[in-house]
Amino acid sequence: MSETTSLAERVDRGGLGTAVRVRRPPIAAAAALLALVPLANIGWDAVTGGLGAEPVEALMRRTGWWALTLLVITLAVTPVRRFSGWNSLIQARRPLGVIAFAYASLHFTIYITIDQWFAVQYIVEDILERPFITAGFAALVLLTPLAATSTRNSIRRIGGKRWRRLHRLIYPAALLAVLHYFWLVKADTRPPLLYAGIVIVLLLLRVRFAGARQGGKRGAR
Amino acid sequence: MLIRRGSDQIPSSEITPEAEYLNRRQFIRRLGAGAAAGIPAVSALASTAGAQSAGAAEDELTSFGAITSYNNFYEFGLDKEDPARYAQDFVTRPWTVRVDGHVKRPATYDLADLIGPFPPEERIYRLRCVEAWSMVIPWHGFPLAQLINRLEPTPSARYVAFETLYDPSQMPGQRDNVLEWPYREGLRMDEAMHPLTILAVGLYDQPLPGQNGAPFRLVVPWKYGFKSIKSIVRISFVEQEPPTTWNMMAPNEYGFYANVNPEVDHPRWSQARERRVGEFRRRPTLMFNGYGDQVASMYSGMDLRRNF
Repeated sequence: MSETTSLAERVDRGGLGTAVRVRRPPIAAAAALLALVPLANIGWDAVTGGLGAEPVEALMRRTGWWALTLLVITLAVTPVRRFSGWNSLIQARRPLGVIAFAYASLHFTIYITIDQWFAVQYIVEDILERPFITAGFAALVLLTPLAATSTRNSIRRIGGKRWRRLHRLIYPAALLAVLHYFWLVKADTRPPLLYAGIVIVLLLLRVRFAGARQGGKRGAR
Repeated sequence: MLIRRGSDQIPSSEITPEAEYLNRRQFIRRLGAGAAAGIPAVSALASTAGAQSAGAAEDELTSFGAITSYNNFYEFGLDKEDPARYAQDFVTRPWTVRVDGHVKRPATYDLADLIGPFPPEERIYRLRCVEAWSMVIPWHGFPLAQLINRLEPTPSARYVAFETLYDPSQMPGQRDNVLEWPYREGLRMDEAMHPLTILAVGLYDQPLPGQNGAPFRLVVPWKYGFKSIKSIVRISFVEQEPPTTWNMMAPNEYGFYANVNPEVDHPRWSQARERRVGEFRRRPTLMFNGYGDQVASMYSGMDLRRNF
């Protein structure tokens, strides 16, 4: 890898891309805008009464669904990039991850505020005693340091290798988020099982990529 | 005064607009529980409203729009909005009901013949869903006891079992095996005979909409909503506790009794509080949904933690 590429750029390419610096198409901005469309939609429904008879439940469900969905899309960026060869897609990864975290935070904030109305006793009881809430909360906790270190400066400060290692926390976070979904469903477990399947495939692909990387390194030596 | 005769064919000119309807309710309520004495349903509501802690808001009727647009009726789909959407063209005429088991008059009845003799009266009940939301609904119905007495169960009949229509051509939710169809529910005979237990044929002075269980459904106000089975096509008088759908699905989560109980949590969530649809802040859930004075004696000596 060329000495002139910054750590951030190497991280953005997963450290695997070729060292050719390309002019950035607005992929990051486009991904961020797309990922914010559902939020605008939810906001519009909230203002126009489109959330139905139980708006709090609708807000919880929709923000939660989008947090999980964006987390899965974030996890899909690398495999899609690898299989398609569309390397600059990597630029979408950090904004997508950050926005997934934003939806998860909004989900949690709605839970604390208009859902529970700051009933600390019940919130603590929920988090400690209700496994599905414990799992969801744990996922959010795991994602927090990732969101906090999502700037270029952070990557530079922490160092690309350590940054990438830290950001592997998205794997357990995604599994916990799926568990959160699975455990809250009353009867129809098909949607959470579908998500579980997708996440597991995306994680297994990491194992394969890691194997290939190991092999590649050995070959280079 | 509050007991009114009616049928499920009400000319639209006679349907009171909701706003007036609400005012009339408040007017009647202002007359006080005394005026309602002798009418169990209304006094049940009035007395528990008074008994609630000062912080709890009064029991106001949930809007017609909310009652008819936010439903759990998996036969028409899993989302709360699905039943209102897919039950639009639900055909409920003709409607037959099979009555069987330990009963002197078993037969397949036309619904009109079966319930014709029982003029509906108004019952305002709280409805508490096991999912921790609730509503206050002005039902039109008659005590199930009246029908049971007419059908004359034999002494071996210790339970009454009910079944919902199974018709995937009309009920798209039944094309998936999310639950084991047909939907089944049941009551112990004393519960079924209790004066608070009704068969409802309407709400807000209108025939029951499809999403609310047309053409007739059970309403057991001190139990979680899933006990109040909709669109009934079969009533069986049986000796043993009958299998019930949610209990079959997850026996550790949904019991046969399913009495509203703030002290016994669902394994996955608290039942201590509920959100009244249309409100934001949760309110405390009342034991037996606030109908304890009338129904608690049926369960004396039972461990309600085990018999949840």
